Amino acid sequence: MTAQSGTSRRPVLAALPRFSQQINRVLTWIVVGLFVVWVVGNFINAPKQFVSVFLLGITLGCIYALVALGYTLVYGIIELINFAHGDVFMWGSMVCVTVSASWFGLNGSQAWYVTAPLVLVTIAATVAFCATLNVAIERVAYRPLRNAPKLAPLITAIGMSFILQNAAALVYGFVEQPLPDILPTKALFTIGGIPYTQKSLLIVLITIPVLLVLSYLVRATRQGKAMRAVAQDMDASRMMGIDVDRTIAFTFALGGSLAGAAGVLFVMYQTSTRYDLGFQLGLFAFTAAVLGGIGNLTGAALGAVLIGLIQAFNEGLSWHTPGSSWTQSLIFSILILVLVFRPQGLLGEEVPDRA
Amino acid sequence: MSSRTGFVGDAWARLPKRVRVLALPVTVLLLVAFYPNYYQDLFSALGGGTTGQLAPTVPTMVVMCVYVTMALGLNVVVGYAGLLDLGYVAFYAAGAYIAGWFATLQFAPDNVHFLSVGVLPVLPGLHFNVWLLLVVGAVFATILGIIIGLPTLRLRGDYLAIVTLGFGEIIPQAVNNGDDWLGHNVTNGPNGLTPIDSLGFGVSIHNTVSFLPSSYRLEINSADYYYWTGLVMVLFTLFCCIRLRDSRLGRAWVAIREDEIAAAAMGVPLMRTKTLAYAIGAFFGGMAGCFYAIFKSSTFPQDFSLNISIAVLCMVILGGMGNVWGVCLGGAVLSYLNYQGLEALGNNLNKVAGTSFNIPQYTFGIFGIIIVSMMLVRPQGLIPTARRKIELEAGVEGGSLYDASA
Repeated sequence: MTAQSGTSRRPVLAALPRFSQQINRVLTWIVVGLFVVWVVGNFINAPKQFVSVFLLGITLGCIYALVALGYTLVYGIIELINFAHGDVFMWGSMVCVTVSASWFGLNGSQAWYVTAPLVLVTIAATVAFCATLNVAIERVAYRPLRNAPKLAPLITAIGMSFILQNAAALVYGFVEQPLPDILPTKALFTIGGIPYTQKSLLIVLITIPVLLVLSYLVRATRQGKAMRAVAQDMDASRMMGIDVDRTIAFTFALGGSLAGAAGVLFVMYQTSTRYDLGFQLGLFAFTAAVLGGIGNLTGAALGAVLIGLIQAFNEGLSWHTPGSSWTQSLIFSILILVLVFRPQGLLGEEVPDRA
Repeated sequence: MSSRTGFVGDAWARLPKRVRVLALPVTVLLLVAFYPNYYQDLFSALGGGTTGQLAPTVPTMVVMCVYVTMALGLNVVVGYAGLLDLGYVAFYAAGAYIAGWFATLQFAPDNVHFLSVGVLPVLPGLHFNVWLLLVVGAVFATILGIIIGLPTLRLRGDYLAIVTLGFGEIIPQAVNNGDDWLGHNVTNGPNGLTPIDSLGFGVSIHNTVSFLPSSYRLEINSADYYYWTGLVMVLFTLFCCIRLRDSRLGRAWVAIREDEIAAAAMGVPLMRTKTLAYAIGAFFGGMAGCFYAIFKSSTFPQDFSLNISIAVLCMVILGGMGNVWGVCLGGAVLSYLNYQGLEALGNNLNKVAGTSFNIPQYTFGIFGIIIVSMMLVRPQGLIPTARRKIELEAGVEGGSLYDASA
């Protein structure tokens, strides 16, 4: 297996197969070094601003982490880049607006003991909706193609993404969906002129337990064990009596609920959402999953925080930053560089056949 | 052969085989080539007004030519070689910006004219011969394809798709921010480059052969001339695609598509073959982009969204991956729907039902439905190739063919 993949993996430098590994390593270190210099330089340039932007990046990274985990779970189990995942996230944010603003009439003026339970109900409703949606997508669009060539479900996923976007536009219109500030926005402290609000902290405080629960689910429960088994070898796990279809559906439900939770947090933080916002945010989250090592849960969370930080640094700091008009290019460059030079990601192990 | 009955059937069977084989393509070609001549009649025949909108106008036909060329180009990458490219729009942009740079006022203080037609010699800016630019645009896209392809093509399937998608997103953004590349205004940013010089044959050729206009834009029916030029482009692409498909290289692509490792074991040089597929696909993309920019006389970064890549992919899938005729059909139908058909259909439906539903807004939702339902119901496309059909039914890549022995 190693011999086969060796020919297909590094033919550019086929003449120097022994050096390519070292070249990769050196290039990786150069890129990491430049990144560190950039971060440290920015810190020295404007330390206070740096800290506030850092906190912003953490908040952003938490939302990315929730979405990225959905990608990584699904990729880990059926090796499919679920392009529709970002749009499930977008639907989550839309449903959150409907439930919290239209049904419950939350607008931030209620007392906390009214708001808090209703927000929890909103989260529960959105999570349930997104889990169902994701499972339905899997059932309709991916399951029939399980034995088709690998590109078939990938193409279907792109189609699903467009369908979900347009369905949202059909229901909610092509304009921004505003949501009043429901979470408390009082500043906890102000650094570098930018206040750190309670809602930013709340996002982090909600994300961390969700990640811990997910980690527990995958690591310690029977269903999680089944997931890991299916991810490793679908046929073998079927022979061991694991219901593969059910396990995959469960994975999609899990991914969908994470996307739903991320959607709620995102729209409550940003206070508006749009029908087409899911695709790009989804790609950023996917980049995060790849950066951390796709299929690796800790890696996805770590990658997401890194991507959130890079985006925040790029948009909020001034020392040699390309600025917000280049954010997309910057993040996709990271995606390309990681995939080309280190497809196993930061935490992933070298799996010769994966890339 | 004797199963055909009746006088017409007998006469048909008695014709030489060559005539019978060529009958359909020649008829289609004639119908297509003389389209501008009978467009007005078709418009009236459909009842004019709202229902007449269903007949594609000549400018729509030009756009269809552009998209068919692109779909054929992408078919080389996706259909022949089986490499999913989600950033095909990058090559389209490359071609368009070649036209934008070398045939506009963009670099105004410099004044370079090279065999340009229909442009006053005093006009500032770079003005190269536009025919030449079609080739240069295509070659530039090819080089870009090789540059993008060399590091990325060693990635497998889905990773390649995501990397090309990344490039497809980076390049439009780079172009959009190109009014300030380290202080230089290179692409004029979101304002785009306009006006681009028109195609034409120049005064001296026009004086000798009077039906070749000196400059298309000076003619009343300029769209007709663009249409015929576009048609020549499509025929050229079609010719290349068919010849490539039947060549040694084409068979190598199919081999790679079906089983990369087996192909490598049989001595197919993977990187070179894949890069060639990518480069040749890029060539046609660049040519189409360049032609479209010249036709529109402008190019903007907004023209190069991911949606275009997906639309072209959708054309290839709808028609039947790998089958040039299917891809032509898919490209023509979907670009017609995208540019005129859906709007015309919507207007007609609204008129009949008395509603005011804006269908064109949901074009990409409809494309999404087409993609998903095609993949689920008829993954081999409208006109499948025999090989692809077997492949999809047997699931070669899934390995089910070898289950018993493995």
